[in-house]
Amino acid sequence: MIDISESVMQFLLALIVVGPLVGAAAALLPAPPGLKGKSPDQAVLRHGVTVTGVILVAAIVLALGFDHDHPSKMQATTDISWIPALDVRIHLGVDGISLPLLVLTALLTFLCALYSYFKMPAGPSPKAFVALILLLESGTLATFAVLDLLLFFLAFEMVLIPMYFLIARWGGEQRAKAAWKFILFTLLGSVVMLLGILLIGLESGTFDMVALASDNGRGLSTSVQVTAVLAIGIGLAVKTPMWPLHSWLPDAHTAAPTVGSVLLAGVLLKMGTYGFVRILLPVTPDGMHTFAPYLAAFAVVGIIYGSLACLALARPGAKGDLKRLIAYSSVGHMGFVLLGISTMSPTGVNGALFANIAHGLITGLLFFLVGALKDRTGSTDLDTLAQQGGMALYGKAPRLGGLLAFAAVASLGLPGLAGFWGEMLALFGAFEPAADLSRPAFLTFMAIAAFGTLLTAAYMLAVVRRVCMGPHEAEAPKLADVRGYEFAAWTPLVALTVVGGLWPAALIGLTDPAVQKLLAGGIQ
Amino acid sequence: MTAVAAPSVASLVQSVDWLAIAPPTIAAVVALVVLVADLFLGEHRKALLGWVSVAGLAAAALALLPLLDGDRSTFCLKTLKGEQAACSYTADHFTLVIQFLVLAGALLTALLSITGIKDAKNTPRALPEGEFWFLLLSSAAGAALLPASRDLATLVVALEVASLPAFALVGIKRDDRRSSEAALKFFLSSVTATAVTLLGVSFVYATTGTLHLTRIATALTHVDGQFHTLAQAGVALTLVGFAFKTAAVPFHFWVPDTYVGAPLPVAAYLSVIGKAVGFSGIILVTVVAFPSYADVWGPALAALAALTMTVGNVAALRQQATRAYSAVRLLAWSSVGQAGYLLVPIAAAAYSKDADKAIGSTVAYSLMYAAVNLGAFAVAALVARTKPLNRISDYRGLYRSRPLAALVLGFFLLCLAGLPPGIIGLFAKVTVFSAAVDAGLGWLAVVMAVNVVIALYYYLQWTATLFRSAEGEQAVQRIPAPLTAAIGLTAVIGVVLSGAPQMVLRFASTGLF
Repeated sequence: MIDISESVMQFLLALIVVGPLVGAAAALLPAPPGLKGKSPDQAVLRHGVTVTGVILVAAIVLALGFDHDHPSKMQATTDISWIPALDVRIHLGVDGISLPLLVLTALLTFLCALYSYFKMPAGPSPKAFVALILLLESGTLATFAVLDLLLFFLAFEMVLIPMYFLIARWGGEQRAKAAWKFILFTLLGSVVMLLGILLIGLESGTFDMVALASDNGRGLSTSVQVTAVLAIGIGLAVKTPMWPLHSWLPDAHTAAPTVGSVLLAGVLLKMGTYGFVRILLPVTPDGMHTFAPYLAAFAVVGIIYGSLACLALARPGAKGDLKRLIAYSSVGHMGFVLLGISTMSPTGVNGALFANIAHGLITGLLFFLVGALKDRTGSTDLDTLAQQGGMALYGKAPRLGGLLAFAAVASLGLPGLAGFWGEMLALFGAFEPAADLSRPAFLTFMAIAAFGTLLTAAYMLAVVRRVCMGPHEAEAPKLADVRGYEFAAWTPLVALTVVGGLWPAALIGLTDPAVQKLLAGGIQ
Repeated sequence: MTAVAAPSVASLVQSVDWLAIAPPTIAAVVALVVLVADLFLGEHRKALLGWVSVAGLAAAALALLPLLDGDRSTFCLKTLKGEQAACSYTADHFTLVIQFLVLAGALLTALLSITGIKDAKNTPRALPEGEFWFLLLSSAAGAALLPASRDLATLVVALEVASLPAFALVGIKRDDRRSSEAALKFFLSSVTATAVTLLGVSFVYATTGTLHLTRIATALTHVDGQFHTLAQAGVALTLVGFAFKTAAVPFHFWVPDTYVGAPLPVAAYLSVIGKAVGFSGIILVTVVAFPSYADVWGPALAALAALTMTVGNVAALRQQATRAYSAVRLLAWSSVGQAGYLLVPIAAAAYSKDADKAIGSTVAYSLMYAAVNLGAFAVAALVARTKPLNRISDYRGLYRSRPLAALVLGFFLLCLAGLPPGIIGLFAKVTVFSAAVDAGLGWLAVVMAVNVVIALYYYLQWTATLFRSAEGEQAVQRIPAPLTAAIGLTAVIGVVLSGAPQMVLRFASTGLF
């Protein structure tokens, strides 16, 4: 939109990746004179807000300077040799697929830093907290910006340690166990993924994702592709998470602090689906063709399973935990993303990428709201909250109740909000999958997934009924309504959810050309 | 008459390239100097010996600089026309890298030992200083000689020069039953292994008629049919002694007790330099001497590697954090596991077209492993000063009392685990993986992947312990300078390598021989 010279764009992208890393190191050092603030804790939390804010501004400027007429072209590219022995290159770049994810990550991390500045989760010193958040940001941003397979793996692994400590040190009940489950599941997946990446790299002679994508699997035999997709797919599927590899997610979400949940759902899960689109679709198309029906089958099972689990949790007397419920709903939503990817058609993949972003915004908002509810009532247990007839949040804290209802309705995919388009496009994609995939199978998947949307609506509305509505009691204690900093942290998410729902072309216009190019293997 | 006699006299007096053999020689000479000086130094001046040893090891390492071209050899046989050149001592790139590893590792061990000896002084656990330094330096001299040896006799002699002082070092804690028992266990099993190796060497000599590695390689390609089995047995048996030093399963049972019984710096020394001796011997024997018998040692080493890493990691996983010496035990078992990774590329060399590159992966991995493992031992030595039982639970809350030491130890453990921020550990593992995948050893790569996850579990658990809140307040003592230097040096190496992994990984892409 605005004309920025290429070298400035390169600098911006490098800053986005390296900046948080430097900021994390700086957070551990004592504050320099003049920036000491009221107390060391306040100074370091402010440092976190400043660094994530700068990164957000850089990401927005990058998005403005991005050439929107050619979103399929890699822009702001840097390509420096790092480890010639392994042929690892520091190859950075953004296109229409990675740009929205970069901005989403920068935005969510900034909002989390802002939220923690006012509401630091209970636990040890904020110094380490800020350093870990920044490290996490650097890892996720790097995952979306790098174009070298080994570097992608490095970035993919980099988020594990910070997330582990965020859950284990600042989490709620059962945090140690949940943190272990999280890290062991993802590690097991990523080691297998490394083998797949090495197989691709050694067989084709390069780790460069751009070169591999334009080869479109021509240099790899079908058996190599099948093995590689299986290995890499498992690693990505654990992260996404795909049913039946999802069982770490509900525990991790239930135990994590609010900002940990927001980042986990909003950003970390996207790394898995991004890997499917960026690596497996273009680099190993034959292998993907082999596995696409299975992937789709697992995806729809995930949709139904997630919804049923949520329905069970939402039942009165089930002692359902709201955070756990939203975590299961994530399994369902990510099922739609995977279904879109498995169709291997431009419509489906675009839908998947749209659903990715929408899920990041809406689920991020939901976790923020549930976190706020927990701060006020001390519980996320649905039965405790709702008691007999319902919690009547509309009466006690009308704005908070309204926002919760809004987020729930967005999450169930109401047309006009961001949640709708992604799921609809994914279903459209399943209606007409790529030419050589079995259409009857995908039609069945589509029907089952469509039934899943009904189930989603059922449990989301049940949650709204039990939390927001209820008998009006005049003497019931009022809850504190939305505070200033909460407004600041949540408004961007609400606004973007509405914008995404009313003007989907803004996002699809970015992703579509890039998806077309990836699926066609660089030939346009 | 005289015209005929003159050349034969000249051939009797070999010309020795003193510069080429300087690194092990300096270490050996300083060892003798220290031993003699010990007799003349007063009790209060004994600390000087330690610093002389450190200086000697540094000088030996510096003596590598003029050899960087990597084309010197000495103690050569007089070759007739058309005959293959055969030298007993060669200072090629492989030699130089391993010698650097050995000498730098010994230097770090010496820095750890200075503090250890000073702390033990005037207590019942005092160590005899002169003997300690003499033994350490002689062992280092032997270990530095080994990678340069290019005939089986020199190789076995170097192996013994490196090992014999090590037995004494393990048992150097006088009046400590555990220490003597460990030394005896180590000695008996090691001597058996060496005997088996010698038997193998004699078989090989019987079939080929030569001890020089390069000539064995040629001679083995046309062994008489009826000697074939003998040659095969010789090849397999020769490997045993070196596998023992590497602590490969099933030759590993001496490791945990020996590490726990030995003084901590000696355990560190064995875990790094002892392993370097073992695997460089295996490399020389397999890749240089027996390439034509790759179908014998290839599968054997692959099986050994898989067993070694699995047994080591599973045993490390089962260590209880509250048991006495559990930290050292865990490091001991994890070093067995790491030995398995070191063997993977050597096994892959049997299957791949480019054996040199595979060997380079082992060398690169060992350099990374040496730096971070010595670093972990250095921090363990630091903790052992206040908590002599060295349990893993003693590391609880280390971040609170010594934030830098805790961060550094966490970094070392993550390097060993191969997880960012330990980038060098990750990429060193990647080279080992890629050597295995490249050679078509997919099953070994999968076994290693499983092992990496097992190892991640216990390394991470230890790392997490560092950052837990401590049970009680503890007085913070000042850290002695040599210990600080050792920890600082290893940390700087680890961090620099994480930023520029190419510095060691380049060995994985270029030929070392």
